[in-house]
Amino acid sequence: MIAHALFFYFFSIIAILSAIMVIVSRNTVHAVFFLILDFISIASLFILIGAEFLGMMMIIVYVGAVAVLFLFVVMLLNVSEQKLSWFRGARKTKHIPIGLAVGAVILLELIVVVGGWKYRDTFSETKFLNFEKDFTNTHAIGNVMYTEYIHLFQISGLILLLSMIGAIVLTYRKREGVKRQDYFTQVGREREDSIKLVEVESGKGINLDD
Amino acid sequence: MESLVVLYNEVYKILFLLIPILVSVAMIVWFDRRVWGFVQKRKGPNVVGPFGLFQTLADALKYIFKEIIIPASSNKVIFILAPIVTMTLALSAWAVIPLSEKMVIADINVGILYIFAISSLGVYGILMGGWASNSKYPFLGAVRSAAQMVSYEVSIGIIIINVLLCTGSLNLKEIVLAQQNLWFVIPLFPMFVIFFISALAETNRPPFDLPEAEAELVAGYQTEYSGMMYAMFWLGEYANILLMCALGSILFLGGWLSPIDIYPFNLIPGAVWMIIKILILFFMFAIIKAIVPRYRYDQLMRLGWKVFLPFSLIYVVFTASFLIYFDLLPNTGN
Repeated sequence: MIAHALFFYFFSIIAILSAIMVIVSRNTVHAVFFLILDFISIASLFILIGAEFLGMMMIIVYVGAVAVLFLFVVMLLNVSEQKLSWFRGARKTKHIPIGLAVGAVILLELIVVVGGWKYRDTFSETKFLNFEKDFTNTHAIGNVMYTEYIHLFQISGLILLLSMIGAIVLTYRKREGVKRQDYFTQVGREREDSIKLVEVESGKGINLDD
Repeated sequence: MESLVVLYNEVYKILFLLIPILVSVAMIVWFDRRVWGFVQKRKGPNVVGPFGLFQTLADALKYIFKEIIIPASSNKVIFILAPIVTMTLALSAWAVIPLSEKMVIADINVGILYIFAISSLGVYGILMGGWASNSKYPFLGAVRSAAQMVSYEVSIGIIIINVLLCTGSLNLKEIVLAQQNLWFVIPLFPMFVIFFISALAETNRPPFDLPEAEAELVAGYQTEYSGMMYAMFWLGEYANILLMCALGSILFLGGWLSPIDIYPFNLIPGAVWMIIKILILFFMFAIIKAIVPRYRYDQLMRLGWKVFLPFSLIYVVFTASFLIYFDLLPNTGN
């Protein structure tokens, strides 16, 4: 048990410190790297409490895909050096009150959620969770997610699909004057379409545009 | 005292896995260069040791004694961290690979997800190296490589779903044991082909080695690295290739199972079969490096997103329908 506690404190200290560093570090790329470290330590905490499926999914989805895109944007936009930093330097920015307000709202919501947990009605209780030995939590999640919560699951999938299509529609534009490679016309070309043997009379030449 | 013994056992097991992997990475580099040489009617490295076997060790010695140059305008911490991250991730994924029924360090429930997660973390070593070098070619190489690896991870994930539908478990051992009657390479042959090509792209091997295309980007993200740090990138890359070969043989070629379950083949230990399968897959990697010209980047993206992804998705639907219709879904204990 001691090893377990040690691991817990190890990962949670790293998680908290890196979460602080995300906000504090001046270099935005460093901030994203600290965010990744934070994700990984949270995933390790998930694994520590026995939710290995959630932990792995956390790493695959957040670290493997979302954070890569974050990093891409930060690196490509070249915003790595933050000019205005609120915690040092003389100039104060307007973001602090807004940020504090949002933080307070989130904290309040967390308190309500955690405190109201014991007053939950039967809506959020599930009958399908039966804890047995050698019943991996992948099976348990699948059993609940694809039976009782199938509608919620599918609706969230549809929302994601919708936002993806929306993003593509918003940014897609067909540019004029760009030569595109069309594999089917390339492969489908026949000899007759592309080669013509012409007898050229000497001294006259031919007009190629015909 | 008890816990010390446990710790000792774990360290012993880890060393017993890591050192053979590092040695076999060295051997595999030699093998790769030999195959490459033979395809081009050269001899390849054949001077150091018998058949040139110690060539990689000589190279490693050279790298160790070379000076490590850190560019003045680079981001030093991340610059040094990048090869370490690459190599650590490449080696740590091996913890869950079962070389035979008993030979595995961590026999965890979500083994395949662990490998998938670790290999998706592999992008960061390259991105860190490319960005921290603070120079054009490494950065372009890193961006190319990250886009490529993220794209092909999607199709590898869906191919893994195909296999998981047939096994009903995320445990690598059970994936192998589910193939006792029929290796998955037979019913899922198209998926095996796509997995192989995606693995080439995932490990930045030719014909998808655009991140380090020497004609365009010098050496991509490795341009600014020298000495041992370059060697660590290189070791990590080859350890990743070996890992992909091992994963291919576990998912499709029946892992440590012998091809025919009859008398003389039974006696050969499972690890030997596993190693033979890994070597066969690696031989295919090496041959392809020698005979296939490099892709263009837009063709690479098109292949990943418009060909492999839809095809493997359709194959998931096909596999699932087939399994349900013929009532072949694996029994998972409920």
